[in-house]
Amino acid sequence: MSWNEPGEKNKDPWSGRDKQQGPPDLDEALKSFQEKISNIFGGKSGNGGDGGGNGIINKTPGSFGIGLLAGIGLLVWGLSGIYIIDEGNRGVILRFGKYIETTQPGPHWRLPAPIDELLIVNVEQQRFIEVGYRSGGGQGTSGSVPREALMLTRDENIVDVRLAVQYTIKDAKNFLFSLKDPSDTLKQAIESAQRAVVGQHAMDFLLTEGRSQVGAKIEKDIQTIMDSYQSGIRVTSVNLQDAQPPEQVQGAFEDAIKAREDEQRLKNEAETYSNEVIPKARGAAARLTQEAEGYKAKTVAEAEGNASRFSQLLTEYEKAPEVTRKRLYIDAMEIVLSNSEKVLVDVKNGNNLLYLPLDKLSGGSARQINPGARPVYITPTQDSTSQQKQPIRSSSREGRGR
Amino acid sequence: MPNNKIMIPAILLFALLTVGSSAVFTVQETEKAILFRLGEIVDADFKPGFHFKTPFINNVKKFDARILTLDSRPERFLTSEKKNVIVDSFVKWRISDVSVYYTSVAGDERQANLRLNQIIKDAFRGEFSKRTIKELVSTDREQIREILLKKVNPVAADLGIEISDIRIKRIDLPDEVRHSVYSRMEAERARVARDFRSRGAEAAERIRADADRQREVILANAFRDAEATKGEGDAVATATYAKAYNANTEFFAFYRSLEAYKNTFSKAGGLLVLEPDSDFFSYFKSEKGK
Repeated sequence: MSWNEPGEKNKDPWSGRDKQQGPPDLDEALKSFQEKISNIFGGKSGNGGDGGGNGIINKTPGSFGIGLLAGIGLLVWGLSGIYIIDEGNRGVILRFGKYIETTQPGPHWRLPAPIDELLIVNVEQQRFIEVGYRSGGGQGTSGSVPREALMLTRDENIVDVRLAVQYTIKDAKNFLFSLKDPSDTLKQAIESAQRAVVGQHAMDFLLTEGRSQVGAKIEKDIQTIMDSYQSGIRVTSVNLQDAQPPEQVQGAFEDAIKAREDEQRLKNEAETYSNEVIPKARGAAARLTQEAEGYKAKTVAEAEGNASRFSQLLTEYEKAPEVTRKRLYIDAMEIVLSNSEKVLVDVKNGNNLLYLPLDKLSGGSARQINPGARPVYITPTQDSTSQQKQPIRSSSREGRGR
Repeated sequence: MPNNKIMIPAILLFALLTVGSSAVFTVQETEKAILFRLGEIVDADFKPGFHFKTPFINNVKKFDARILTLDSRPERFLTSEKKNVIVDSFVKWRISDVSVYYTSVAGDERQANLRLNQIIKDAFRGEFSKRTIKELVSTDREQIREILLKKVNPVAADLGIEISDIRIKRIDLPDEVRHSVYSRMEAERARVARDFRSRGAEAAERIRADADRQREVILANAFRDAEATKGEGDAVATATYAKAYNANTEFFAFYRSLEAYKNTFSKAGGLLVLEPDSDFFSYFKSEKGK
């Protein structure tokens, strides 16, 4: 009883479905397959328990069940050969270990499990190798690896070079079957190519303008090496993360850079000096010129003034020469004498020695608050009884007096 | 006995499978296989895929068909200048003749690497001793590679091995030498730094000197021009004076003398010692004047 109903039920939908929808309904197929199995075993145990009564009924569905089972098993087995390759992947099919084909993204079918083997390779994923350093997943650049980073240049200097290489798999078959250790091999190729290229250049070139050029050359060389192994790897980018002098000598290198700045600084300072001195000199020059112009104008004007005065005076003088002459003389002497201290020496009256304490006289005048005309009149006759109480010794010094 | 009905086919099936499975073998794309008959090599040339053998009598050994790597430890070599260098290299090889490979190194990759390493080290030593460090580092890598491939491959063939590549990874200096390289680099940088600074000082001095020169030139030129201008003024003035004074030279002398007297004694404090007999004093002692 338990058999008939599900048996009937199973039969109809199956044949119907098979025609209409084909493979996709795997789940349901499995489900009914399981049902079937449980039914068969259920039937058997039921058989054993119930005795012969049910035996006759059992036989027909049993053989039928085995056939069905085999069919379904075959079907399921066949269906298990269906596989889907995701975008960016390639499927590689091996039949008993022999390479058959490489399949593109999309749904495919292969011979199922023990016969065909499916290997899936991601060909679009960018893979990454760091040489000379490890970024360590964290933030910032960390961990230099000196053993990888330090290398000799052509001029036998040592530089610290850090590379980041990105690659993809361009040929899934070659990637899988050519090399035992593709990524290790890539690393070895990188180290070899990198050092070969670095060794061809001088350090200064590497540290300055050579960077991009060197990166491109390394990339080309790595690709050549990897292609020679048929590695199936495509190097997509080689990034020269860093090319610098080794840590031990960085101080000296920085100093050299500083020296370059110093050179500029010294020049600038000198320029500053120059910029200060030259305009100042130009200013001073302008002053000289202006002063000279001023002097010229002043001299000329004075000359003209004096000349004019003289000419006019002369005109009048010629009208009355004698009087004018006398007047001018006396005026002048008046001015001269009124401004000075005077000592009148009437030497004609005696031949005595005359002593004039000039230092004292001028000293006295210096002490004078109001130095006006203060005539000192000395007569040699009185010299023995000097009124001034100054010892005056006159001497006949006519020559001098004259 | 319904049990027997099931058991017998099951046992038969099992036996069949066991025998069957030992009658077939697969060779992967990455493998090479040798088929033995009671320890004797029968066939060593299998394509990847499905193959048959006789159960129990035949057995199969498989080896890696891919390119394998010998990445030995860095070695010290002497260059032609008798300098020590540390060289790290790698070798890519594959099994070319699997039966020879099996007999010569028992199919053991480690042993193969050991043998290869010995051969290659000797070859390296020979090539390195002919070259200077400079040649090794910068020019001769490719050449060494080719020479070594040519030299080593025949020997490797005796091991059933084909060498596809020998490459130098690193050529480094030993630590003690490296330090002297560092100090040399430092000295070199110091030289460069000194050079820069001295050049800076030189340029600065030049600029300063040039500025000083320009200043002197500017001032001198200005002085020259100024003096010329003054001269012009003086000339004009002199001409003016001459023209005016020439009208009456005697009166000019008189007039100018008086002016000079006035100017000379214009400041208070001068001391004059006089004889009262000049014209000025003509009325000084008598109203009649002398």
